[in-house]
Amino acid sequence: MDAKDGASDLTSSTKKKSRRPKYSQFTQQELPACKPILTPAWVILIFVAIGIVFLPIGFASLFASEHVVEIVNHYDRDCVPPNYVDNKLAYIQSSKTNKTCIRRVTIPKQMKSPVYIYYQLDHFYQNHRRYVKSRSDGQLRSKSNEKKTDTCAPERYTANGAIVPCGLVAWSLFNDTYKFSVNNKQLGVSKKDITWKSDPKKKFGSDVYPKNFQSGGLIGGAKLNSSIPLSEQEDLMVWMRTSTLPTFRKLYGKIEADLEADDIVTVTIENNYNTYIFGGNKKLVLSTASWIGGKNCLLGIAYLTVGGLCLFLAISFLLLYLFKPRPLGDTSYLSWNRSAPGGHIY
Amino acid sequence: MTSKRPLLIPSPRTPNTQHLPALPVYSDIANPTSGGTGLFSGMDSRNPAAADNSINVELPTFKSSPQRSISSSQRSVSSSQGSVVEPPTFKSSSQRSVSSSRRSVVEPPTFKSSSQGSVVEPPTFKSSSQRSVSSLQSKASGNNSVRESISSLQSKNSGNNSVREVSFGDLESKPVRYGSRGADSEALSLSQKDLNEEDARVVYIDDLAKTNERFEYSGNSIRTAKYSVFTFLPRNLFEQFHRVAYIYFLVIAVLNQLPQLAVFGRGVSILPLAFVLLVTAVKDGFEDYRRHRSDRIENNRLASVLVGNQFHPKKWKDVRVGEIIKIQASEAIPCDMVLLSTSDPTGVAYVQTINLDGESNLKTRYAKQETLSKMPDKEKITGLIKCENPNRNIYGFHAFMEIDGKRLSLGPSNIILRGCELKNTHWVIGVAVYVGRETKVMLNSSGAPSKRSRLETRMNFEIILLSGFLVALCTVVSFCAAVWLRHNNDELDDILFYRKQDYSKGKVDDYNYYGWGLEILFTFLMSVIVFQIMIPISLYISMELVRVGQAYFMIRDGQMYDESSDSRFQCRALNINEDLGQIKYVFSDKTGTLTENKMEFQCASIWGVDYNGGRSSPEQVGYSVEVDGKILRPKMKVKADPDLQQLLRSGKDTNEGKHVYEFFLALAACNTIVPLVVDTSDPNGGLLDYQGESPDEQALVYAAAAYGFMLIERTSGHIVIDIQGDRQRFNVLGLHEFDSDRKRMSVILGCPDKTIKVFVKGADTTMFSVIDKRLNLDIIRATEAHIHAYSSLGLRTLVVGMRELSATKFEQWHSSFEEASTALIGRAALLRKVAGTIENNLIILGASGIEDKLQLGVPEAIDSLRTAGVQVWVLTGDKQETAISIGYSSKLLTRRMTQIIINSSSRDSCRRSLEDAILMSRKLMTVSADTQTDRGSSGHGGTQVALIIDGTSLVYILDSELEEKLFELASYCTVVLCCRVAPLQKAGIVALVKNRTADMTLAIGDGANDVSMIQMADVGVGISGQEGRQAVMSSDFAMGQFRFLVPLLLVHGHWNYQRMGYMILYNFYRNAVFVLILFWYVLFTCFSLTTAITDWSSMLYSIIYTAVPTIVVGILDKDLSRRTLLDYPQLYGAGQRQECYNSKLFWLTVVDTFWQSLAVFFIPLFAYWGSSIDRSSIGDLWTLAVVILVNLHLAMDVIRWNWITHAAIWGSIIATWICVFVIDAIPSLVGYWAIFHVIKTASFWLCLLAIIIAAMAPRFVVKFLYQYYRPSDVQIARELEKFGNPSASRPAQIEMNAILDLPRR
Repeated sequence: MDAKDGASDLTSSTKKKSRRPKYSQFTQQELPACKPILTPAWVILIFVAIGIVFLPIGFASLFASEHVVEIVNHYDRDCVPPNYVDNKLAYIQSSKTNKTCIRRVTIPKQMKSPVYIYYQLDHFYQNHRRYVKSRSDGQLRSKSNEKKTDTCAPERYTANGAIVPCGLVAWSLFNDTYKFSVNNKQLGVSKKDITWKSDPKKKFGSDVYPKNFQSGGLIGGAKLNSSIPLSEQEDLMVWMRTSTLPTFRKLYGKIEADLEADDIVTVTIENNYNTYIFGGNKKLVLSTASWIGGKNCLLGIAYLTVGGLCLFLAISFLLLYLFKPRPLGDTSYLSWNRSAPGGHIY
Repeated sequence: MTSKRPLLIPSPRTPNTQHLPALPVYSDIANPTSGGTGLFSGMDSRNPAAADNSINVELPTFKSSPQRSISSSQRSVSSSQGSVVEPPTFKSSSQRSVSSSRRSVVEPPTFKSSSQGSVVEPPTFKSSSQRSVSSLQSKASGNNSVRESISSLQSKNSGNNSVREVSFGDLESKPVRYGSRGADSEALSLSQKDLNEEDARVVYIDDLAKTNERFEYSGNSIRTAKYSVFTFLPRNLFEQFHRVAYIYFLVIAVLNQLPQLAVFGRGVSILPLAFVLLVTAVKDGFEDYRRHRSDRIENNRLASVLVGNQFHPKKWKDVRVGEIIKIQASEAIPCDMVLLSTSDPTGVAYVQTINLDGESNLKTRYAKQETLSKMPDKEKITGLIKCENPNRNIYGFHAFMEIDGKRLSLGPSNIILRGCELKNTHWVIGVAVYVGRETKVMLNSSGAPSKRSRLETRMNFEIILLSGFLVALCTVVSFCAAVWLRHNNDELDDILFYRKQDYSKGKVDDYNYYGWGLEILFTFLMSVIVFQIMIPISLYISMELVRVGQAYFMIRDGQMYDESSDSRFQCRALNINEDLGQIKYVFSDKTGTLTENKMEFQCASIWGVDYNGGRSSPEQVGYSVEVDGKILRPKMKVKADPDLQQLLRSGKDTNEGKHVYEFFLALAACNTIVPLVVDTSDPNGGLLDYQGESPDEQALVYAAAAYGFMLIERTSGHIVIDIQGDRQRFNVLGLHEFDSDRKRMSVILGCPDKTIKVFVKGADTTMFSVIDKRLNLDIIRATEAHIHAYSSLGLRTLVVGMRELSATKFEQWHSSFEEASTALIGRAALLRKVAGTIENNLIILGASGIEDKLQLGVPEAIDSLRTAGVQVWVLTGDKQETAISIGYSSKLLTRRMTQIIINSSSRDSCRRSLEDAILMSRKLMTVSADTQTDRGSSGHGGTQVALIIDGTSLVYILDSELEEKLFELASYCTVVLCCRVAPLQKAGIVALVKNRTADMTLAIGDGANDVSMIQMADVGVGISGQEGRQAVMSSDFAMGQFRFLVPLLLVHGHWNYQRMGYMILYNFYRNAVFVLILFWYVLFTCFSLTTAITDWSSMLYSIIYTAVPTIVVGILDKDLSRRTLLDYPQLYGAGQRQECYNSKLFWLTVVDTFWQSLAVFFIPLFAYWGSSIDRSSIGDLWTLAVVILVNLHLAMDVIRWNWITHAAIWGSIIATWICVFVIDAIPSLVGYWAIFHVIKTASFWLCLLAIIIAAMAPRFVVKFLYQYYRPSDVQIARELEKFGNPSASRPAQIEMNAILDLPRR
């Protein structure tokens, strides 16, 4: 704090019309200031503090992640009948073929409700620029914007008028369906509240009904019930929150019942969605949740690594400081004193 | 021009020379051309032709033997050198003698009457003054014209290949201003011929219709405003787009408008450009509004214009060319006008030109004799003025007037310019010749030259590197995209979003697919758009803002305020602030820069007797005289020698007294000073203010006044001098102005006792050649010795001589003078010749010594600059002795230094001296290196070498292969002192250093002669002192005193450099880290350039999220306090060593940037891998993470936290949060509500924390290790500031106080 630096000789004896700059701490660049300096003590303290904070967090999140039970079932290949293995596209594109597929999964550990059902797609570039731009948020919000489809190419309108919801994103809506039963007992799948609360409120209008959807030459995915407003089409809402990466999960529904260990869950899958055309994978995921989210130990590992490294650095600095200290502010280290007798050459 | 062997002489005052290896002492013995006759015989080099041939002129005068004392041989060199004391005094103003032209024919000179009948005025000689155009010509304020005039001088010299002192000496202290009369007079006569009908502007006096017949001359309204309401938008935009940065913005924005390339929303992409344009437009608009306002006021001022037979008030804007205007005292002049008549019977008018060139003294202007008596309101004047077309040379005007069938030539002294004010004259009447935009002041209103800072030049290299990075990133993206497209070519028809056909319209249609090649091109262009901020265009804008801020603080610095001239520091160039922190060489002028240029008469040698008692006696003698009931005193008091006063009081009966009388009469009369009475608070008292263009003359007149020879009145015809209470009137019968060939001036006085006397004063070299050496040889010798002693004390010397004229001689002179002054061709040469006929066979009266006092704090300032590792070179036009003695008193030279003196007059001898000097200095260096381990910059105890070189030698060295040698030699020397250098040589010396090193150079000076040097150096500093404003006008920075250089460089320069260097690196980092995050994401999106971060955030990133803190830190951060920087000048070395910005730091920053971008990008990516996170949420996380990170990164490097820094950094982070909230609260955007959703999850916060710690940790560790185990000087000083013991570590404090403390006068 050098607020008084060189200020003494500036008195207020300025004459009437003098151009002498008025003295103020601001104009003389002498505002009171704090000048932190990285002293070894501070640095060691900081690293110790980081270590102390990070390690417990790391352990806690690892622990939480470990407690998440997650079952992933990769079904797209196995759900193709053997006679179509070489021609999966024909199978999936044909309306004649039987798309139903039965999968059985064993529950390794008890899964407390709610059990979240996700579908996972790989190699699906839901973040491709052409894809993410092909939507009209205005149209989704209100009926009056129905004609606002200029951003939706190539799914803008059909001969009957504008498509609602338009665009590739909606057009490619995922349409596999899952039914679950345990010991031949149907498990209820709740499809309520699988999207953010904000979406039905503001983003998807309650007066907007699907129109001309999936009526073009090429069917992209699910059809929508044109009597239900968009604000109640939660699958669409989930889908339209486009994913970050080409591998992504989307919430399908929730099972509001506990699944016990060693239960065998029978999943009846309607395998409709065409991922075969781009070589993508489809997976069914059942997972519980923890405070950290799903099963992902990376955050825990990252915290443990950073925390551990910081502690290590703190100890190394402490040792360095003890064995090779440098007095702070020692003028003999100044470059012009270094060569002089008594100066330090490091 | 003599003694051409190099003199390698250790300083006589060097105590330890005995220990040094034997040094060669050369003398003239070996010189085959030795054999000169006498001291004075060889010195007259008036004849340039003689000077050409150095053999002829080389007349070594002292056959000095090696045993001769060193100082004497040194003296011999200089005196025989033919060097000339700079007599700036004489180069003054009015040549009132010339061309009384036809009138004198009608009314023959009345000399006889004046010699017979006492005080009859001899009107003819003086009144119709023909001030030569020339004198002021070269004083042009436009840089070009100065250069031109200098070069014209130079070429003149090279034309006859002579090395006359003319070109070197006379341009020194006041030089260009007065210029070389000859050249310009020639120009005048030429221009008279050249003023042909086509080029000339013809103005019919008081005849508007006829004047504007051929051309409609514009009115007198001026427009400094650039825009009108209608032109504002287009013109302002046009001007703004002159900047490359804006073009870049524009191109990117335009690219983004193409549908195929639209990466960002259309509105969003224009935002940054629109923002910058708007801010600048508002600023420009406001400035222009103010200009409009002042224009309006200016245009509506009233002038009194002749309409019919009466003067009527008329608005300035309505004044037209050809109108006759009457100006009253203290009124401003509305346009450029030719004077017709003035209230003064002799036609003199005084104007103050402070608005034009900043000089506050009064200038004299003259009305032509022929028009003087015409009263336009009584009789109609008809005539015409033919003048050159409007130009910006305010010191030149070529025209002639035809009136009453006579043709009169007009020069710059006949015109008064807009912007001046009439003073001390009741009224003047003139004809408007240039009005409005065509006035010289308007033509001159142009800005300062722009330079580019070294840091910015370096930065441009890194910008190119960054462009390389940008291209590389874009290439990677397009290459990958190409591979991907090729790979999936077969599937493109089917892949949902890459269908080639558009089915939606029912017909087959291509959808957004342009073929492989075009897709790649588009991908490339799109990636340029996405990664655009890799080129930190905002950096240029931030830098400008930061520089404005820095300039604000420099201007407001109380320690750079000069009380005596009431001037603040001025930043004229706004783009080289940071260069101030890297200066390695300072080139300084001497007069007015190191010294005050307030001349003070110190001592006199009269008739061979040295009177210097004034120095010892503090007695203040106020001499006063009563005029019109008022007691007048001289404004400036001069210490007087009591013996001399005693002698004067005893009268002029004794021989001694007579000479003293003549001497002081000469001082009082032989000048062009105008006495003005300044009223004081005392109604009965007044001060006599001697106004003149030469401070030396002023000093002499004040001195004469102190000894009772008080100049009271000067008109063009006579002067009144109060001599010891006895008022006497002298008729000025003739006056030969100073010119640079003669280096003297003379005045012919008709004395009350009816004798005619010629008084001459001038430089010793030329004076001794015209003094009659048959008489009083011993007195001449004694005077010569005194002069030498004076100049060794650092005084400026002048020699005064006189002779009496017989009537016949005078008649002779008069008729030839008449002839010469009316000559149309070669007038100047003729006048010079006439002057030569009368300025000879003089009796020596004596010599004066004038002290040019050293400015306050100069030795301390030089000392701390030297400690800071700055080499100070002094370039002066003064004599070698004067220069050396000033060198000692300013601590530039110390007694321990070995001096190498190079005075050579031929190329060969130059080469020899240089080679010898290099050998010797090498030897000295090794000796000192053996005995001392000390480094050169601190230099205590080591043998230091001072190089003293004169302008004559430099002629042979500059622009030849010897430059290299001189530079080598100079690099061994701690001090370089160049004496007798011409302005252009000053620039040459600066260029010598500038072109050979990467080191920064600074030139500081105050006079017109320094202009070329100031412009040549990397940084030019002007001292706003006594010598007008030309140096200031061409400088980058201007200040009041030399010692302010210390706070300027050591404090502000250091800060600015450190701030700017850090800011550039930080800006590179800040933008690159963001671009890299975008880039990493692109790799996961099929190379389709999707961004997770919203368009708005991308655009706001460099405008709102991160811009303010870097600007605030760039303006306000201080690595060290002012006190510390002044206490340890060595800390300045940080800038010289480029510690704050170099390629190592750049590459470190690049590596750090990579790491940080990886941390920011991949920690969330892996944490959310395979989860259901959507693009907007993670985008918000990345946005916040990167903004917080870069702001904390800055926070980590901030050295001083004051409240503004806190507000800027934390405020930016908060502003970012707010912006992200706002953006995510807009339902029509894709990412609606994402941030509100994601901040409720724990992993968001964990990611944020992990990112920041992981990203900053490496930098933090490296920073700490560096600071702790490889501390820079700055770091140690910081620690010292915080923990050090203040009392133990302030060795330099007392010394520095002299620099810091403001003078109390």
